Amino acid sequence: MISGALLTARGITRRFGGITAVDGVDLSVREGEFLSVIGPNGAGKTTLFNLISGQDRMDAGRVTLDGRDITNLAPRRMAEIGVARTFQHGRVFGNLSVMDNVLIGCHTRLKAARPRMPVIAPVVEILRALIRPASVKAEEAAMRAEVREILATFGDRLTPRLDQPTYSLSYANRRRVEIARALALHPRILILDEPTAGMNESETAEMQGIIADLKAEGRTILLIEHKLDMVMRLSDRVMAMDNGKVISEGTPAMVRNDPKVIEAYLGHSTIGGDEPAEASLMPEAGLQTAEG
Amino acid sequence: MDAILALPWFDFTVSGLVLGSIYALMAVGLALIFGVANLINFAHGAVFTVGAYIGWTCAVALGLPLWASVLLVALGGAAVGALIEVIAIRPLNRQSRIAPLLATIGVGLILDQTVHMIFGANPRPLPVAMPAWRLTIGSGSVGPIDITIFVTGVIAAAVLYGFLFHTKLGMAVRATAQDDDAAKQMGVNIHAVNMAVFAIASALGAIAGLLVGIYYNAIDPNTSFQIMLKGMVAIVIGGMANVPGAIGGGLILGLIESYGIALFGASYRNLFAFSVLLVMLLVKPNGIFARGRERQAEPMTGTFVTQSKPIRLPGWLLVLAVIVAALVPFAGKPYVTQVMTNALLYALAGISLTLIAGTVGLISIGHAALLAIGAYASALLTIAGLPVAIGLVVAAAVTALVGTALAYPAFRLRGHYVAIGTLAIGEIVALVILNWTSVTNGSLGVYGIPPLEIFGIDFFSTTPAYWLVLGLVVVFALLQTRLLSSHLGRTWRAIREDTVAAETYGVSSNYYKGLAFGFAGFTAGLAGAITAHQFSYINFDTFNLLTSVLLLTIVILGGLGNVAGAILAAILVAGLPEVFRALAEYRMLFYGVALLLLIRFRPQGLLGSG
Repeated sequence: MISGALLTARGITRRFGGITAVDGVDLSVREGEFLSVIGPNGAGKTTLFNLISGQDRMDAGRVTLDGRDITNLAPRRMAEIGVARTFQHGRVFGNLSVMDNVLIGCHTRLKAARPRMPVIAPVVEILRALIRPASVKAEEAAMRAEVREILATFGDRLTPRLDQPTYSLSYANRRRVEIARALALHPRILILDEPTAGMNESETAEMQGIIADLKAEGRTILLIEHKLDMVMRLSDRVMAMDNGKVISEGTPAMVRNDPKVIEAYLGHSTIGGDEPAEASLMPEAGLQTAEG
Repeated sequence: MDAILALPWFDFTVSGLVLGSIYALMAVGLALIFGVANLINFAHGAVFTVGAYIGWTCAVALGLPLWASVLLVALGGAAVGALIEVIAIRPLNRQSRIAPLLATIGVGLILDQTVHMIFGANPRPLPVAMPAWRLTIGSGSVGPIDITIFVTGVIAAAVLYGFLFHTKLGMAVRATAQDDDAAKQMGVNIHAVNMAVFAIASALGAIAGLLVGIYYNAIDPNTSFQIMLKGMVAIVIGGMANVPGAIGGGLILGLIESYGIALFGASYRNLFAFSVLLVMLLVKPNGIFARGRERQAEPMTGTFVTQSKPIRLPGWLLVLAVIVAALVPFAGKPYVTQVMTNALLYALAGISLTLIAGTVGLISIGHAALLAIGAYASALLTIAGLPVAIGLVVAAAVTALVGTALAYPAFRLRGHYVAIGTLAIGEIVALVILNWTSVTNGSLGVYGIPPLEIFGIDFFSTTPAYWLVLGLVVVFALLQTRLLSSHLGRTWRAIREDTVAAETYGVSSNYYKGLAFGFAGFTAGLAGAITAHQFSYINFDTFNLLTSVLLLTIVILGGLGNVAGAILAAILVAGLPEVFRALAEYRMLFYGVALLLLIRFRPQGLLGSG
């Protein structure tokens, strides 16, 4: 156990029928740490993240945040305690404007609009939305101002499109909206599931810059990523998975040079010959190591 | 206890199995279609009715032998089914998941009205000569008709099995059910498969229609929806796309009904079916034959509402429209004013449904239940002595509470299951009203409801009543619009677009669905209550399934979630047929065709979905 861990997971296991997608995985992230999880397709990375963020229920294991047991907590509760995540294929609210999408990220922080009262809360919430007393108006205005600020970190990618429905945005812009929405939650831990999937090189570079900025702000970040180049540059620590198990863990350099990781990515060299199976996934450094 | 044991259980079992065979015939067709086209065919009940009438034509009018009648009914049913696929389903080309479902509702209305026009609205006997012997077994007996139905069911199942597992087209059907895109890549002609499936399913449904007609020696053109619902309950029991499960589900439902009637009486028959449906949806939505926890499917997200920008009407136009509407009584045509009052009541109900079905995305086919609750609450309270004004408000509040509580079980349902669940809830409300005689006066209905009068001011004559309803429509439209521009509006839409993503960002979807149902229930309850005071008489059938379908048509026509659109559409749909008598006569046909054309050519509605 690493001292001062913010998020700790122990023995996480998830079975689908006969397949064990995630098999006794341990994981911990310190406050302000940047941990990346890598591994070939089907290694169980997204399933692991789904279990940690409450999207799916684990068959065995335990997750704690700041010492508090959050195992199998509903996604809604996860959001309330500050776990924010993005989705692998991007899940923005298509018919909502960019502004409204990111405002949903502020939902857990709404106070004036969402009364905490027993029994009469529903009626009060509707009345407040109808009457809009000064406190509600002020809160809404503050949130909107903050959303504009968050969107400004993406340069002029999103700001000019504030009122456009997100279905009309480019794929890369929709991924940016998702990250903005996650930031609006004021997360204690930010979980990014392949934030550059489907992006071209310049978009990837831009996203990498934004994630580097987030790291520089001292945020705690969990990242799944295929683009190893980016992982190697950004991560404090890297964890490699294959067949649902952790096969290597440590500094980027350590994991990169671990023969087990190379084998997992390239397939079993004794069977597959010397043609790398997924060469595109390997950064230059990794390939050289594999050949040498 | 002895009295219960002394009941003729053998006979109940036989009639349960016979009934179950018929449900199974319906269910197999629904399951096939659900498996391949991923849609609940709401026209399946109408196909059943068409089958019954083709059967009557063959067996009675033409005097053909039974085997020939069955054959012709099967062929006729298959032709109707193929036609449904070609005309209503294929052109939609998977627009959005709800579109084909709504299209089949339209087709069902058209088929029903066609049968009405040709054969009239009254039931007729279907005498088929059967041998008079009965086989006595223990204390019970089995007759030739029982055996015929059961054997027909078994033969149909066997033929279907042979088709699915021993023919090339059958293999294509199974492949398409698994993954239609992959099947297409492999050169399977998806259109041919879909058409074949609709034809086979409809042939079975039509045969079921004939068999029921023979069994009861009566055919009735008004049973389409009821029988379709039974088939639907059977597939929910068996697992939606599970064909053998559908047979099991049908038999189980038949037995439950038969034993239930034995113990509690025939008027509760449908209550069992719908209660079973609701329990199944909540406890085992994958059917009783499903095993264990399955891998979570990619959640159904955000395609109910067609992506479009709503048309924003300028403020001056809206003000002008309200002024023109307020001047309608001065035209000197009381009939028109009455028709408009009625249309505006539909508008009020439509506003509430557009919030639920459009903004929150819960496609409800049971909205009439909210109107009925409001109507009964206000009627009973004011008859008991409460002033009408207070009765209206209390009734609206009661509807908000009761409606939300009743709809709560449906909140955790997704996609098509919401439509089925709300349908079941709507039917359960109607059946409770029918059977709770001590309070609701049962099938006789409630008479002598006090006229509209608010603190001594007359609102029952034509013109004041019209203004009252117009005023309420304006007020509730403004209130709802204001809600939509608040944090509630974006939260509701977010839940509709992607419930999983919304929950991931801390939105309690059940709570916010509840808020929407509460507000919509208040509006709908008020609409129902005013209707009750206007009619002065209501019964369990005043707000029925057709009302729900009509409201849904209105909401789609206006643009899902669009408040102004709902009002405009209500005036068009509820007003026009009354003004043009020819339309009123063929009202169902008009609604059906309107629904079909709308979904085909303008799925985002007149003013765009919001």
